[in-house]
Amino acid sequence: MKKIKYNLCLVLMVMFFASCSKQGKHTKHEDAGANTNINKLKSISTDVKMAYIPGGEYKPFYGTDTSLVTVAPYLIDERAVTNQEFLEFLKENPQWRKSQVKRIYADTSYLGKWPSDLELPANALPDAPICQVSWFAAKAYAQSVGKRLPSLDEWEFVAMADEVSPNARKKPQYSATIISLYMEKERQYKAVMKSKPNYWGIYNLFDLIWEWTDDFNSILTTSDSRNSQYEDKNLFCAAGATSSTDVLNYAAYMRFALRTTLKANYTIANLGFRCAKDTTISKAN
Amino acid sequence: MKFLSLLLAVVLFTTSCQESKKQPTETIPSNSIFNLTTQWHNQNGDSLHLNDLQGKTLVVVMIYTSCKTACPILVAKMKTIESKISRKEIDDVSLVLVSIDPEVDTPPHLKEFAKTNNMDARQWTFLTSTEAATQEFANVLAMKYKKISPIDFSHSNIISVFSPNGQLVSQEEGDIDIDKVVATVHETVKKNR
Repeated sequence: MKKIKYNLCLVLMVMFFASCSKQGKHTKHEDAGANTNINKLKSISTDVKMAYIPGGEYKPFYGTDTSLVTVAPYLIDERAVTNQEFLEFLKENPQWRKSQVKRIYADTSYLGKWPSDLELPANALPDAPICQVSWFAAKAYAQSVGKRLPSLDEWEFVAMADEVSPNARKKPQYSATIISLYMEKERQYKAVMKSKPNYWGIYNLFDLIWEWTDDFNSILTTSDSRNSQYEDKNLFCAAGATSSTDVLNYAAYMRFALRTTLKANYTIANLGFRCAKDTTISKAN
Repeated sequence: MKFLSLLLAVVLFTTSCQESKKQPTETIPSNSIFNLTTQWHNQNGDSLHLNDLQGKTLVVVMIYTSCKTACPILVAKMKTIESKISRKEIDDVSLVLVSIDPEVDTPPHLKEFAKTNNMDARQWTFLTSTEAATQEFANVLAMKYKKISPIDFSHSNIISVFSPNGQLVSQEEGDIDIDKVVATVHETVKKNR
């Protein structure tokens, strides 16, 4: 009897050992898998039309004092990414669902109004722009459709246009119209492409949402305008090289003010995005 | 008696088993920089991921070595911070300088910079990667930077302290208070021992 008990104990011990080491290894393996998954995005397809923008020289609102920046030709989505499109992205890429996203990539209000991982808010239009997504999430989406986020210069380049001309900045109405659009409340819940496109055939640059740009973090000014320039110089190396060149354009100023307050994991109720893409075509057909 | 002691042994093994299980299940926190999967190179040319820095309190700054204005000050501040960390704690600390100029700051270039500046002891790590990875990391630190000419960058001056599991403990921006950083490092090391 004693011998049996003794053997039983031995067997038990071995079993515990085996199960223990197995579990340890298993968890580790899962971790490694989860980590690599973040970069491994499943691609999804989208039928959004892209506009060809020939680029050219333009004067940024903030920039180096020598001013003119050359923008290379590029393609940009005619409209913002929609709720439905983002939902499709989440179906294929669970690591970006609200229950699974890492805090470092998106703050706690990420997709805040969504009742669950794959469910749009009850009253949300499928073709309204997706909002409350972080820069990281926007970037991942763009990558999954084989695109990227537009640079700040690319975004602002098409934003110079009104309905009839590529550069309407000097028209007195230009800034005033945008400001009045910015003032409208709850505008982000409307469907895309219901208003008129601009000169380039691009919709809703101003009337629905604010939009992420790839290099939103390249504006070197403090978010608090009460800070003096002298304080700015301590915060930034070579801050003197960047300053506003178009202070009269208050609409642009508002966009820049917003961008300077953003952090890449922030999510805001009326901040969405559209995608862009490089192009090898240097002249429009 | 023999049976009892064996039983005790089994119990002991199972508890020790549970304890050892804790480590792998204690995964990287959701807000940890170790979630980033980008690949980096250090000054020795070794390829690594950010989670290879796991286990030490990190003092992180982003600079570029050809900078003539604020970066030398930032580098000097990092050196002062290093010198003020107790020698008993220095093995638990990594001082990390991340380049925002991957084109120029290649591993050999960083190695040279480390040697010239007497920053070649074990606690110093210099990192360089691709532009995309650098941009992502800068965004995680909420650091702003812009290339203003082929050789110059404009950037914010931030020194960040991270816990050994990659969570941000504090950031000092602008006029960096060195003693505050040193105190934070000390507390973070103590808490995680």
